[in-house]
This record gives sequence, structure tokens and C-alpha cells, in this order.
Amino acid sequence: MNLSLSDEQVFLREAARGALSRFKTLEAAREALDGDEQALPDLWPTACEAGWPGLLIGEEHGGAGLDAFDAMLVLGECGRVIAGVPLLGHLPATAILDAASMAPMLDELATGEKRAAYLPVSPPGDVVTGWTVDPRSGIERPGAPAASGSGESVTVSGTLAFVPDAPGADVLVGVALLGGKPVGVAIEAGAQGVSVEAVERYDATRSLGHVKLENAPATVLDTPEEILAAAWYLAQALIAAESLGSVETALDVSVAYAKERFTFGRAIGSYQAVKHSLTEVLRELENGRSLLYYAGWARHGAPGEFPLAASAARSVAGRALDDAARTMISVHGGIGATWEHDAPLYFRRAQLSRRLLGGTGGASDRVAGELIAQA
Amino acid sequence: MDLDDTPEQAAYRAQVRSWLEEHASEAPILQGPDAIRDEDEIIAARRVWQGKLAEGGLAGLTWPKEYGGQGLGPIEQVIANQEIARAKLPGILDAIGVGMLGPTIIAHGTDEQKSRYLAPLLHGDEVWCQLFSEPAAGSDLAAVQARARLQDDGSWRLSGQKVWTTNAQFAAYGLLLARTDPDVPKHKGLTMFLVPMDAEGVTVRGLRQISGEAEFNEVFFDDVALDAGAVVGGVGNGWGTALTTLMFERVTIGLGSEGMGYNSTRFASALAADEHARRDPEVRHRLGEIAAELLAIRFTGYRTLTALQKGQVPGPESGLAKVTLVSGAIKAGDLIADVLGPDALQEGSEWAYMISFLPGLKSAGGTEEILRNTIGERVLGLPPEPRLDKGIPFSELRSKEGAPA
Repeated sequence: MNLSLSDEQVFLREAARGALSRFKTLEAAREALDGDEQALPDLWPTACEAGWPGLLIGEEHGGAGLDAFDAMLVLGECGRVIAGVPLLGHLPATAILDAASMAPMLDELATGEKRAAYLPVSPPGDVVTGWTVDPRSGIERPGAPAASGSGESVTVSGTLAFVPDAPGADVLVGVALLGGKPVGVAIEAGAQGVSVEAVERYDATRSLGHVKLENAPATVLDTPEEILAAAWYLAQALIAAESLGSVETALDVSVAYAKERFTFGRAIGSYQAVKHSLTEVLRELENGRSLLYYAGWARHGAPGEFPLAASAARSVAGRALDDAARTMISVHGGIGATWEHDAPLYFRRAQLSRRLLGGTGGASDRVAGELIAQA
Repeated sequence: MDLDDTPEQAAYRAQVRSWLEEHASEAPILQGPDAIRDEDEIIAARRVWQGKLAEGGLAGLTWPKEYGGQGLGPIEQVIANQEIARAKLPGILDAIGVGMLGPTIIAHGTDEQKSRYLAPLLHGDEVWCQLFSEPAAGSDLAAVQARARLQDDGSWRLSGQKVWTTNAQFAAYGLLLARTDPDVPKHKGLTMFLVPMDAEGVTVRGLRQISGEAEFNEVFFDDVALDAGAVVGGVGNGWGTALTTLMFERVTIGLGSEGMGYNSTRFASALAADEHARRDPEVRHRLGEIAAELLAIRFTGYRTLTALQKGQVPGPESGLAKVTLVSGAIKAGDLIADVLGPDALQEGSEWAYMISFLPGLKSAGGTEEILRNTIGERVLGLPPEPRLDKGIPFSELRSKEGAPA
């Protein structure tokens, strides 16, 4: 029994914190919202220098050969400072490719010379029994892209909305249905029939794209179906970790303010109403942390539980961020709702994150589905 | 990061498992058609079983060897608990005595007290109860009013009332926090006593709760005589002694919360049995949110164990886990009753029992509000609530509150 970070993991986290501290990410996020798109620093070279693109790629391809929990530590650091590092798209894509025997570009993806984006396709559950994608709008989930042809080279058609980190990616990796059966596919972003429309919604640090595939040529990967499903859950675990990183900062900043701001002759943090709402954020944060350990362990320690563990982590972490961002605003009073303050940046991050990758609510539904299916 | 036993832990687990297999037939049957029904017989049988567990090294295993324990750590305690649960056998009867009161005597008792009381406690020959809370002193425990007065011959006379006392109806002894000096600030005038429950002037009354059952007792003391050897930890040191008990209480709760049966699998199974509920988006959403939080508790427990194993003090997550457990179970009870309808509230239903039990559990071991104060101050470092009782003698405090000291 050992649920603590190894020395290497502590080092990885500290190194990530140090690397990201060289950039004024929060100021940049605000300026980008003001229309200055050049304000956002390109953090990919920093990621490459630190070896993050290859975290989940085997050492034989130049990666670090680490596991989900290590990747989650890095995402947590990105979340702390709302750094737009395109790992949420890249890492699940590399997890699919790494499990295939003949994957294209793996060595370049490990160094970060090339960048991948995961096409999020949600695996079947107990009620919705097909592979589905996030809709552009509404609650009806469309089916996964369809592949046609045979052998290793097929063509894929379909649309995917709000794909994290799709703009600028070199290769898109996901799931398509070939004769109704899910297969892993890798599609070069520059190929004919592929269009990626960059979209910005509410949080300028989050790169998103609508992906349209019209008979796009694709390489079929011999990735097992469990890995294709696990990529979705890996994305859930990563956004959970990233969210909890943001919760950490939101809580730290709120606590610091509650100690220094005085009303009626005493620090506002001495009032139970304020103290208890901050303790509630801490409670949600600690629950989320425990579930990150669960998800990090389950991916290889108990693969059958990974869907439950990752979905539970997303459900708790997503709600924690919602609450932390709102508490951050209310503890700061009026100033917390102004443009100059950082609280709105965390609030914007919370609002958008909640609605991506199947949504926080979708993760809660999946927790129920997994437990009901086992009952 | 891993959840597997080390080779030493695996060996210990195998040893526990084989002992339990060998002695399973000696355990009392408490469930099913052959279960013992008579309350007194159940208690008697469980006391005997505790004695057997103690002989097998499965009671008080974190106690030092010189007092009959095994000198093992919390991880072995958890392994033993897991194996006892896995074998579907009852655990020890006197979890409070073995987990909290015995360790307090080990830490603060005299040599005479240790040699007289610890062995019968461990073996279930004498069951103990914890006499701390009072009607007007729970979260603010240092406000206890039970009064022990020193007599000329060095003995004591005790009067007052205690409440929420588990096992008092069959306990042989109780560990009692009393005020011995009302003229000093409230934390300073306290003394811990061990009290024979069969002494003249002790009255135990069952305390019925929402379910209609009496899980706890109230205990009255009317001029009870205690000899000088009844003091534990020194006169005036009662608060420090009580803190030791409360520290062991947190560890006991922290290591045992999974055993309360408030888990996501059980709740999901109840809902999955309804064909419509299991597909209903609202039911699923509520269940998913509740279950995700309850799942976290298990891994919070593992984090606590990891810290204990490394000789560290468990972090705030263990205190907050109780809030998550109780609030999660309350929401689960509401959801299940919303789906099952009034039948969930029928007398004898497991859900009616749980729904009735939980509102009180919210305040057990200190109210949720006090827990949030403590964590807000100790963990987040937030400034304390202004206090009106600091440095004021208890007797003056009482008169300010409009009550006689």
C-alpha cells in the first residue's frame, strides 16, 4: 500500500511548475480575451524541452514511457496557472498510437516535433450503446465517424465539435466505425477532405476546433478496442487533473484574501460563512485528489475499473472547479467579479471545461452507468 | 503508487485468514435464520468471541506487547479488519474500549491501573464506555459540568449527567471527564476518572432516537463515591487526557469508515433493481454524483494509511471524509426513497433505518460545523472565530450564560 508521489513524480511536478512560472499566463489569458491573440505564449517548445509530449510514448520511440498519473501531474500544473499547453488533445492520441504495432510519426510525436490531437469518441455505456461524439449544440449525441474501404488505408467521414487542441495539430487520432465495428484511425491533418475550424469560446486559453472529415484518407491502427475506450477515460482523467490544479490556485488565492481583508473589525476568514465555504472547496479538492490516485492506479492496476475511476474523478473535479471559481468570486466580493481580477479567468475556465469532452454531467452519468451495469 | 500488499503484509494477511478459517465455527451467528435473537445472549456471545480474537492476536493489535497487544501498525489493523469482514465474522464488541479508552490508559494511566484494567478490557471480560459528552457540552467538550468534589480523605464524590454513551447498559467501567475546579478557565479545571458502572448512584437509561431504537444511553451520576485511585492522568490534566482519547477516536473512525456500509455499490444495486430508475437521467445523475464522492472515501482512506505507514500525521482529508460520508449517505437515502416511495420508509426497512440514523450521525464526534471551523483554522490557516470564554474562570462563564455554576 503506497498512495503517495515517488521522488521522480515530485520532481516532475516541481519541474513543470518551474517551467510554467517563466510565463505570465494569467495576464496573457486576459489580454487574449481583449482580442490580442498574439498575447498567448506558445508553450509547446517548453513542453517539448520538458519531455511532456512523449510522457505516454514508450522509450523505444523516444518517449518517457510513463503512466497516466504522471501526465495528470503535468496537467495539474497547467491548470494551476491556466496555461494553454495542448496536452489534453495530444496525450490521449499518443496513448492510442503507442498501443498500435505500426503507428505513424510516433518518434516525432514523442519529441514534439509533430503534434497530435485526439478525436474524442465516447465508448458505449449501459443505456447509450453506440460510440458517440459531442454535439455542436443540444443534448443528442451523434454517432462516431464512419470509415469505408478495407485493409490499412480507409477513408473516414464525419464531424466532431469542440475538439481540444485540434487547430494546428499534425495528426488527428481517434475512433471510426468500420462496418459498424470501432477501429482506431490516424488522419493527417493536412490531407484532402480534412478541415479544422478553430473556435474560441469564453476562455481564450483553450484551443478548440470543429473537425470535418469528408472521405479523409486514414491509416487503420491495430489498437485493441479497450485502448480506444480507455483513451476517452484518459481524457476524462486529464481534464479532471487540470481542473483540480485550477481549484488549488482558486482556493489559495481566496484563503489569502480571507486572511487579509477585514470587515467589522475582523478578518473575513474568521466568519463561519466564509470559513465553511472555503472548507467545502478543500473537501471537494481532497476528494478529487483521492480519485486522481484511483484513476492513475486503475489504468494499469485494474483496467476494468478505469472507466469508473476516471469518470468519478471528472465528476468530482468538475464540480469542485465550478464551486471553487464561484467561491473565489464571492469571497473577494465585488472585486472578484471585475475584469482586472484573476477570478473571472478561473470562472471562464470552469464554465467551458464543464461542457467539454462529454461534460461533467456526462461523467456523472457514466459513474452511475458503470455501477448499475455491475449491480 | 500501488495498492498491493508488501510481502510482509501478504504474509500477515495469510496468517490472519488462516486463523479466522480455523476459528470461524466458534464465532456467534448474528445474521440469518440461526441468528441469536436475545440481546443479552448476543452481548455475552460477542464478549466471548472478543476474548478469542484477543487470544488470536486480532484484538488490540496496535497495543504494545507488554499490555497484551501485538505491537503492530495501523496497516495490519486494516488488514485484520478487512479479513474479518471478508470472512463475514463479527469483530470485537468493545471497539471503543480497545480502540480509544485502553490506549488512553496506556498513555496516561498508573502502573496499577494498567495491570488491573487493560487485560480484562482487551479480552471483553469488562466492557468500557466513554463518558465525555453532556447535554450542554458536545462540540465544546471543555464545557462539561459533571462535578467531582475532593473529600477530606482524598476520595471523590461525582454528580452530573452524560449522554450519547454507547454500550453503557452493559459496561463494567467508564472513562469520565469531570470538572474538579470551576474557578479556573474551563480547559484547566478538568480531571479524567475511571468509574465503576455498578457503583451506587449510577443510573443508565436508553436514549431512543428517530428510528425508535436506543443505540445510545444517557447516564446519571448522583453523588457517586470514587476512590483516589480513580484519577487517570492527574488532577487538573483532564483536557490533555481527553485529547489523547479524541486522537485515537479519529484514527478509529478513519480506519473504519468503510465498514459502515454506506458505499456506492450498495446504493447503485438498490436503484438498479428498478427497470425505469436505472435508465432515468435524473436518477442516474444524482446517483453518479453521490457515488463519485463516496468512491473518493476509499482512496482517501488509503492516503491516510500511507501517511500513517510513513509515521506522518494524516492530513485534513481524513476529517473531511466523515462529512463526505454522511452527506453522501443522506443524499443516497433521499434518492432511494424518492425512487422506492413510502415503502422505503416502512418499519424494518434497511433504508428507513439508515434515513433515521444519519441526521444524528452528522453531529457524532463533533458537529459538522465545528469540524469545518477546525479544518478552516488548522489546515487553511484562517483566523479563529472570536471567543468569549478565553481565560475566564468556568464559574464566571456559567453565570454569564445565566446558569448556575
